[in-house]
Amino acid sequence: MDILKMKNSHKLLSEFIYEPKALYRGYTDKTLYINISDNTIKEKDVPQKMKEKFIGGKGYGLRYLWDAVSPTTKWNDPENEIVVAVGPVGGITQYAGTGKSLIVSISPLTDIPIDSNVGGYFGPFLKFSGWDALEVQGKAEKDVIIVIDGNKGIVRIEEAPLEDVDAHLLGEQLTEMYAENEADKRNISVITAGTAAENTNIGVLNFTFYDVRRKVSRLKQAGRGGIGTVFRNKRIKGIVCKFKGVKGDLNHPYDQSIINKTGIKYHKEIAQNDHLQNNMRKIGTANIIEIMDEYDLLPVHNFQYGKHPDTYKIKSTVFIEKYCTQNMPDGCWYGCSMSCAKAVDNFKLKTGPYKGQNVCVDGPEYENAAGLGANCGIFDPEVILELNFYCDTYGIDTISYGTLTAFVMECYERGIINKDITEGLELNFGNAEASLELIHQMSRGEGFGKIAGMGIHKMKKLFVEKYGADKDFLYDIACEQKGLEYSEYLCKESLAQQGGYGLTNKGPQHDEAWLIFMDMVNNQIPTFEDKAEALHYYPMFRTWFGLLGLCKLPWNDITPPNNSETDEPAKVPEHVNNYLDLYYGVTGNRIDNNEMIRQSERVYNFQRVFNIRMGKGLRINDATPYRSMGPVTKEEYESRQERYDKQLRELVGFNPEGKTIEEKIKTLRAYREDQYEKLTDAVYKRRGWTMNGVPTPEKLRDLGMDLPELLEVVEKHLN
Amino acid sequence: MRLNDREFEHWKEGLTIQDVIDIMRFVYPRLVIKVNGKLIKKEEYSSFVLQENDDLKIYHLLAGG
Ligand code: SF4
Repeated sequence: MDILKMKNSHKLLSEFIYEPKALYRGYTDKTLYINISDNTIKEKDVPQKMKEKFIGGKGYGLRYLWDAVSPTTKWNDPENEIVVAVGPVGGITQYAGTGKSLIVSISPLTDIPIDSNVGGYFGPFLKFSGWDALEVQGKAEKDVIIVIDGNKGIVRIEEAPLEDVDAHLLGEQLTEMYAENEADKRNISVITAGTAAENTNIGVLNFTFYDVRRKVSRLKQAGRGGIGTVFRNKRIKGIVCKFKGVKGDLNHPYDQSIINKTGIKYHKEIAQNDHLQNNMRKIGTANIIEIMDEYDLLPVHNFQYGKHPDTYKIKSTVFIEKYCTQNMPDGCWYGCSMSCAKAVDNFKLKTGPYKGQNVCVDGPEYENAAGLGANCGIFDPEVILELNFYCDTYGIDTISYGTLTAFVMECYERGIINKDITEGLELNFGNAEASLELIHQMSRGEGFGKIAGMGIHKMKKLFVEKYGADKDFLYDIACEQKGLEYSEYLCKESLAQQGGYGLTNKGPQHDEAWLIFMDMVNNQIPTFEDKAEALHYYPMFRTWFGLLGLCKLPWNDITPPNNSETDEPAKVPEHVNNYLDLYYGVTGNRIDNNEMIRQSERVYNFQRVFNIRMGKGLRINDATPYRSMGPVTKEEYESRQERYDKQLRELVGFNPEGKTIEEKIKTLRAYREDQYEKLTDAVYKRRGWTMNGVPTPEKLRDLGMDLPELLEVVEKHLN
Repeated sequence: MRLNDREFEHWKEGLTIQDVIDIMRFVYPRLVIKVNGKLIKKEEYSSFVLQENDDLKIYHLLAGG
């Protein structure tokens, strides 16, 4: 690559000089606003009221996005924004998991706000460069890059015609271009998307961090909801942030000593217990592949089944022993002792435009192996790694890609689509070659890849309207809700997790609540009220990570040795206290558990009302496909016949003896759908919403969120 | 015997906690186990014999994803 030639071809469109403001107690109270339609770059003050109610991170993102769009704004309208924000605790280096950025935009998949969190150095660098948030609005005419130099206080918009679009190349090129020398590369972080982000609705943003040991720019993804598609639609190629001088006290915290103390205690806990517990440092999140299979929860063949005899071929130890080349724990921000990041070096690609090249593949994470692998009937670790690499570099979401490929494979096997429609692709379960070709088509914007890349929601409509598919059946097996593809857990046997997916703001992603074990195996939340309490507490608690700039994994992927003796081990009370101490240490604001939940509730309810404003936040939008609730087909029923017959007998009062499978499926379905409705009632009640899913004015008032613009939306839906 | 508030069908004389873990294929490493409300340590799983009326709780500490 001729970096100089690339750089020389840049055309400066706009430049903004500023005085980088130092942080005070975790905030600069400044936002960088960039409009790439007219090349405006300006500084905005964060109002005190906004800070109090929205805290930071996802809260800031949603607030700015609300103000930027109208109820009719579509994802590809220039007024749609991409907001990147961290949060007051983000960027500290004394505790694990403090480098997350939260990205918010109107999603091309769901047409409502999406939020996605991501590691890498960009977010903390942005903060240290003087900005609590970055708002990008508008649409450029030609490909541009944005460059923020946080030491010099310069922001530039430049036309950038020659750089590649695929992330593994562009990340390297921009890192090389803006670093003064090899040692300076660690001070650069880049946001990119990829070629398939342009041609599909499932684009991701890649956030880089420079790995000094491997000498490569590693990629972390803001995966869900197609934000990479918005990015490329705006014709942004990359955003670079450069900041030199990271140190432990840049947040200028209120009480550094409490932060240090909390961090040291936690690091000790990791050092002494990780190898006895989840082995995050060695294996990362992939540790649960074989466990999910054992508990019948691994999605297989488009969520039909929960296990497969070939899972042993892709279990975590296969990746670790045979492929992951790391011999040191690996974190995506300084100070993360959990260090779950993993990589495979010198992986030789067998297909696609980079065939024959040796590349570095980040991961795999559990979701990759489950979605790209088991759910599509693919049990070849090398194919999973290759798909993983291409998803990242082409800039598409591994979860949506896995789930939508599983869906088209089932459609193909059942004759809903055929070779004419797929233009020759034989999309049978297990056909790795077909999946790889599909992903390359997405990058090129060709063939069936273009159709599949629209996402399941749009595809299922097309299959009904154009190819005469049976609508009821297709909608039953299409694992999407609100337009977003399901993430990779089978929740048929856990009513609480059906709610954990269905009763969410952004769609079926498990980052609000993951209750399968608590519910299905432990039986700890047997009543509707118990489940509703869990579906209130956990989504609110986990929302808080997104306000502060924190990673969820260090919360409960390790627990203190005496955690089991506490009243509520599932909440990991000691770690919750750690977070309260960190928040206090940085901001000087002492809050308790209740206020923590209320901080989240404010933003959570704001997001719900935002959804309603955009036309998708009511009860009807919380309905889920039956595939996520129970057996749609005969084969699925038969695979768990004993369990389902028992339930019919014991829970429904229906004697399965002598009945046809169809009768049994129908009866079980009526029962399960009714259970979901009852759960929905209980959850809405617990959250302070009407039975149509609308936050009540009283609830908003109680939270101090009775803002006129919110009341105006909810009042239209009260009667 | 009850396991997680459900009737456990495989109780037999001499059944230990480890036997239950094996029968149920509870392979997840982070379990919190209580018998009649009393916390049982990992070292005791193989020797702790369960009685017919015992209330066994095996909680998986997995809040996932
Ligand atoms: S736990 Fe893993 S994902 Fe989270 S911050 Fe640490 S390295 Fe990154």
